[in-house]
Parts: sequence; structure tokens; C-alpha cells
Amino acid sequence: MIDYSEIDDIPGTTIFTADRARRGYHLNQFCMSLMKAENRERFKQNERAYLDEWPMTEEQKQAVLDRDYNKLLELGGNIYFLAKLFASDGLSYVQAVSTMTGMSVEEYQKMMLNGGRSIEGWRSKSKGI
Amino acid sequence: MARITAGVTTSHVPAIGAAIDLGKTEEDYWKPVFAGYEWTKKWAKENPPDVVILCYNDHGSAMSLKMIPTFAIGIADQFQPCDEGYGPRPVPVVEGHPDLAIHIAQSLILDEFDITMMNELDVDHGLTVPLSLVYGQCEKWPTKVIPIAVNVVTYPQPTGNRCFNLGKAIRRAVESYPEDLSVQVWGTGGMSHQIQGPRAGLINKEWDNAFMDRLLTDPEGLAKVPHIEYLREAGAEGIELIMWLIMRGALGDKVRELHRFYHVPASNTAVGHLVWEPAAA
Repeated sequence: MIDYSEIDDIPGTTIFTADRARRGYHLNQFCMSLMKAENRERFKQNERAYLDEWPMTEEQKQAVLDRDYNKLLELGGNIYFLAKLFASDGLSYVQAVSTMTGMSVEEYQKMMLNGGRSIEGWRSKSKGI
Repeated sequence: MARITAGVTTSHVPAIGAAIDLGKTEEDYWKPVFAGYEWTKKWAKENPPDVVILCYNDHGSAMSLKMIPTFAIGIADQFQPCDEGYGPRPVPVVEGHPDLAIHIAQSLILDEFDITMMNELDVDHGLTVPLSLVYGQCEKWPTKVIPIAVNVVTYPQPTGNRCFNLGKAIRRAVESYPEDLSVQVWGTGGMSHQIQGPRAGLINKEWDNAFMDRLLTDPEGLAKVPHIEYLREAGAEGIELIMWLIMRGALGDKVRELHRFYHVPASNTAVGHLVWEPAAA
């Protein structure tokens, strides 16, 4: 078995391992399909029907419909693939990424302008540092 | 003989590309970012290479999860800018150098770097944003480009040491090419950033600056830094920085720093930028 204990110990972070790439394969391939304008159009017209064309789990489909990005990470989504979904919604990285932090877009932008999130307290769950 | 004449590293933040494309470079938010590249633009005009070997990563744009090559080299005549969901960037088609690319692929593989050869490779912001930062808006890129795509998205990524050694192997490959060509090697991505989960927005200025210092003076030691340190200290996406070690390996033992720039933030990311050249041993 591969030992993921160190990378799983990073707080608030989901490392996109090969296991997650396997579990999220169809979810991420669906996201990539949104790189074509005609697919974006079809998706926008009926999101549920478009999702049903993909062999994704019900949980994955629901998380897409909810735009629940933290949930999508947990279900094997990778942020660069998920970016095709929020790009289709016309959101920037900052707008979409801030939704995962519990901050408003304005609060998040302000944090970035002030030098970003400090590493202190965000290194290790087990050590609390 | 072909020779490596300079190395460049830079972040490749997509929002920087959008700022250039939408004419926002003079806005208060973006001005300090672009100011850091003014020196480079002038230098780039005065020191045009024949070819840039541009190390970057695809962000789920041309390469799906159908195949996940650790290292891939574009050997085509041309590489088209991708539509990443916002429509393709309005930038010129990237022209390749198939002869040199195939020579490098052959040299690397015989040197035991089993690189994947790509006859088709659309290029995303990872490759086009660095070109825009150095060459600005133009009708045609002033250099040919050989893309080298590195998997930094799916864990496990190659080690920093493997990237450093790849750079050295690229140097051997370039120096065994008979035509007299000036070749630059660019390493892109980073610096600290995390764009996912509750820890998103992480920036680690101290770590970033120490990384640039060590890349200059102690690349052998830096190459031994394990993945977990990048992921923990520089953010989940900060691991792109392993690609800077390819540039460092390609420049040889001694290098001279011509330009350095560091700025926070661009979108979610710390921007780092270096222009170095090989120095006589």
C-alpha cells in the first residue's frame, strides 16, 4: 500500500493522487468536454441531461450541479479540470477558488492583496502547526 | 554547434494572460507585476534565441487523464493555443523546431530519459503566458519553441532531482546538435500557491525566496527536497517549481544572475521570475 499519511496530514488540502485520478476519471473527462463551445452550450441548456451522458456517480453529478468544489475535490475532481466548469460559468480562478475557503470573494481578494494566507497553522493537522 | 545561452524562469498564472489580452496591464493591480518584466523584455529583444525549450505543465487542457506522461516533448511544426473554457487566447500559433526536438528526444532516450514524443500538442496558459510576459503582444512569436510538458498535476510527480538531471541531459542533447543555434531553456510555474480547498490562497514568501537563492548557489541540495516539502510549504500547486530545476540543470555548474523579480499577488499566486546565463566555470 502507498503511504499517504504525510500528504493527508496537510490541512485544508486534497492532493490529487493517482488514486483520486482513477476515482475522478469520468468527472474530470466531463469537465474537459466543456473546452468545446458547442458542449458548453449543450451543458448550459440542460445540465442534468448532459451529465447523464457520462458514467459518473450520482454524488459526483450532484456536486457538479451544486458547484460544490470542495466536494468535487473529495470525489476525485482536480482543480485544473474543474476550472473548465467554472470557466463555463464565466468565473475567474479567484472567484471560484474563494468559494472553497469559506470567505467571500472580497475577503479572499483582500487577503491576497495583503500577501496571501500565512503558512502558520496550516502545515500539519497532527502537529497543529 | 548549438549552445544554451540563457535560462529564464517565470510563473505562468492564467490571469496574467487575461490581463495582457484584455489590455489591463496599466491597471493599479497589474502594473507592479508587469513592471518586473520590463527589464526582461528589453533583454529579450537584444538577445533573441533561435529556439526556446519551454518546460511547462499542461493543466488538463491538451492532456486528459487518458494518458499521464511524466515528461513529453512536442516534436510538431506548430502548436495551437487551447480553448481552456474562456475561448482560445488571442496569441500567435507557436512554431516548433521538429529537427532539434527529434534530436533532443533521441538524445534523451539514449541517455535513459524515456520521454514521450507528441506529434499533436495544443498548448495552454502554462506555455503561452511566459511567451506573452517576455515578448508582449505580437503578430508572430520571435522564436521557435520546443515544448517540454511535465506532469506536475497528478501525484506522484517526478522528483526535483529527476528534473535537475533532465536539465543536464537537455544540455548534453543541445550541445550535440550540429547546427549553430542559440537555445534558451525556460522553466515555468510556481511560485507558492494553492488554488483548492480551505487552505487556498497560501503564499510562503520566505520559502519562495530561499528557493531562488538555493537554485542559484546550491542546486544539488535543492534537488533533494522531497515532494512533501513543496506541497506543505509552497502549496498543493507550488510543486510546479520542480520545473525550475530543469532550467537550472541545463545551464551548467556556474551561472550568473541577470535579473530577479518577486511579487505577491497575481490572482492566487506568488510571481517569481529569473533571467540567468551560464558563466564560465
